[in-house]
Amino acid sequence: MSKTMTQQEALQEYLLRLADSDMILGQRLCELCGKAPALEEEMALMNVALDLVGQARNWYEYAAELIDDGRSADELAFRRDAHDYRNALMVEQPNGDYAVTMGRQFFFDAWHYFTIAALTKAPDERIASIAAKAAKEVQYHLRRSSEWVKRFGDGTEESHQRMQTAVDDLWRFTGEMIEADEVEQTLFKAGIGPDPEQLVADWKGLVNEVLAEATLTPPPEDAWMYRGAKVGHHTEHLGFILAEMQFLQRAYPDAKTW
Amino acid sequence: MYAQLVETGAKRVKSLEEMSPEEREFQLKIDAETKIEAKNWMPEGYRKTLVRQISQHAHSEVVGMLPEGNWITRAPTLKRKLQLMAKIQDEAGHGLYLYSAMETLGADRDEEIDKLHEGKVKYSSIFNYPTLSWADMGTVGWLVDGAAIVNQVVLQRTSYGPYSRAMIRICKEESFHQRQGYQILLDLMREGTEEQKQMVQDSINRFWWPSLMMFGPSDDQSPNSQQSMAWKIKRKSNDELRQMFIDQTVPQLEFLGCTAPDPDLKWNEERGHYDFGEIDWQEFYDVLKGNGPCNKERVETRKNAIDGGAWVREAAKAYAEKQQQKQQNAA
Repeated sequence: MSKTMTQQEALQEYLLRLADSDMILGQRLCELCGKAPALEEEMALMNVALDLVGQARNWYEYAAELIDDGRSADELAFRRDAHDYRNALMVEQPNGDYAVTMGRQFFFDAWHYFTIAALTKAPDERIASIAAKAAKEVQYHLRRSSEWVKRFGDGTEESHQRMQTAVDDLWRFTGEMIEADEVEQTLFKAGIGPDPEQLVADWKGLVNEVLAEATLTPPPEDAWMYRGAKVGHHTEHLGFILAEMQFLQRAYPDAKTW
Repeated sequence: MYAQLVETGAKRVKSLEEMSPEEREFQLKIDAETKIEAKNWMPEGYRKTLVRQISQHAHSEVVGMLPEGNWITRAPTLKRKLQLMAKIQDEAGHGLYLYSAMETLGADRDEEIDKLHEGKVKYSSIFNYPTLSWADMGTVGWLVDGAAIVNQVVLQRTSYGPYSRAMIRICKEESFHQRQGYQILLDLMREGTEEQKQMVQDSINRFWWPSLMMFGPSDDQSPNSQQSMAWKIKRKSNDELRQMFIDQTVPQLEFLGCTAPDPDLKWNEERGHYDFGEIDWQEFYDVLKGNGPCNKERVETRKNAIDGGAWVREAAKAYAEKQQQKQQNAA
C-alpha cells in the first residue's frame, strides 16, 4: 500500500477482502454439494454457503458503489483475476477430508465472528447494517464448526488424528488472516472494524479454548506463517477456483444477461 | 413424482368379497377418502408399496441434487448462484422429509439408502441424464420440476396421511423452483446472445423426451398401476398425467419461442389435447435398468459420500456418548 492511502481506498480494499473471503469459502462449500457425509450435513453446508455468498453479494454491491467505475457486484465477483482477489489464503484451501473442511471453517468463522461483531458498530451505516444481518449467521457458523472440531478431536482415534493433522496443516494460513495490515489499521482508526490487537487476542483465546476442549494440541506459537493474499499473492488453488467459478463469463464474454 | 414402475406385489386387485374383514374395512376407508395414518392397520402390500414409492421419491430428491450440483460452482451471477443453492438445499430437505414419512411405515432410512447404493432400488430416470450447459439449470427447473409437480399435485390427495402432507409442503417449493427455471430460459431467450438462445434450444432438445418418460410406462404397460390406484396411492394414470403435463407445457414452450424435438406434436381440436409422438421406450427401460448416461456416476457419487463419511458419523456418535457419560458422571 502506498503511504498516501486514503480512508476511502482502504475501505474499498477492505470490502473486497470481506466479499472475496465469503465468496471463495462459499464456492468451496458448493463443491461439496451432493458429497456430504450425511443428508443433514448436506443441508447445513448449503445453508452456510448460502449465508456466505449472500454476504458476499452485499459487500460486493457496496464495494461496487464506492469504486464507482461502472463495474457491478457481479463483475467484481466474476471478472477479476486471482491477483485482484483479496480473500484470505485460508478459504481457498481445498476441502480435503471433513476434518479439513471443518478446521478451515472454524479458523475462518472465529475470525469472521469477531470481525463482524466489530463491524456492527461501524459509523458507516451501510456496513453496520450488512454486518448486523451477517452477525446472526456467523454466530451459527461458528457454533457449528467449533462443535465439529470438538466432535472430531474428542471423537474416535481416527477422527482425532485427522483433526490434529488438519489443524497442523491449516495453521500456517491463520497468521495473515488475523493480523492487521495498513488497511485494517487505517479503518480501525476511523471506527470501522475490530481493534487489531484485540482481534488477535480474541481469536487466539477462542481457538485455544476450543482446541483444548477438543483434546487437540495447538501448533507452536512461533510456527511459520504463509502470507501474501492481502496484496494478491495467493496459493496455486485460487486460479483453479476462479477458472471454474468464472467459466461462463470467460466462455461467453459478450453475454449481457444470464 | 419421481416414482416409476413401483411394484405392488399384487397380480390383480381383490374384490371386496374376496377380502378379509380387516382388508375390507381398510378398503372402505380408502374409498371414503379417509386418510390412513401410521398407527392404522394396513395390508402388508400397501405398506410395502408405499415404502417403495416414498423411498424412490426420497432417493430421487437426493440424487436429483447432483445434476444441479454440477453447475452450482459455475453459476453465472450472484443471484443465480444463490437461487440454485437454495433450490438444492430445498431438495435435501425434501429428501429428509420424505425419508421421515417413509420411516413412519417401519422402514429404516439407512437400509433403504444401502439398497440405493447397491443398485437394488430405483430413483427417477431423469437424473441419469447429464447437465451439459447452464441452460439445463433452467430446463431442469421448468420441465423436470414441472413434471414432478403434475404428479405431486395429484399425490397431495394420496391415501397415506404422512405422504400426503409431505406432498403438500413439497409442492409449494417445487412450484417456486419451476417458475425460477422458466425465468432462466425466458431471460436467455429474450435478452441473450444467439449462442445463449441456441443453448436453450439444445437443452430443451435433450430434456424433452426424458421429461415425458418421468411419468412412467404407458398405462397398458403399467402392471402395478391398478392396485396402486385402488389403494389411492396413485390417483391418476401415467398417461393421464403425461397428457396433463404436455397440455400445460406446450404453450409455455411456444411463449419461449422454442420448439420440441417431436414432429408429431400438435393440437388435436377433437380430443382437446395435444397429440404427441411415441416415446422411445427402449431408452426408458435401458435407463431404468442402469444403462443411462450417468447411472454409474450418480450412484457412485452418493455411495462415496456416505461410505467416505462413515468415520465422520462414527466420530459424532463417539463424542455424543462421551458427553453423555460426562454428564452422568457429573450428576
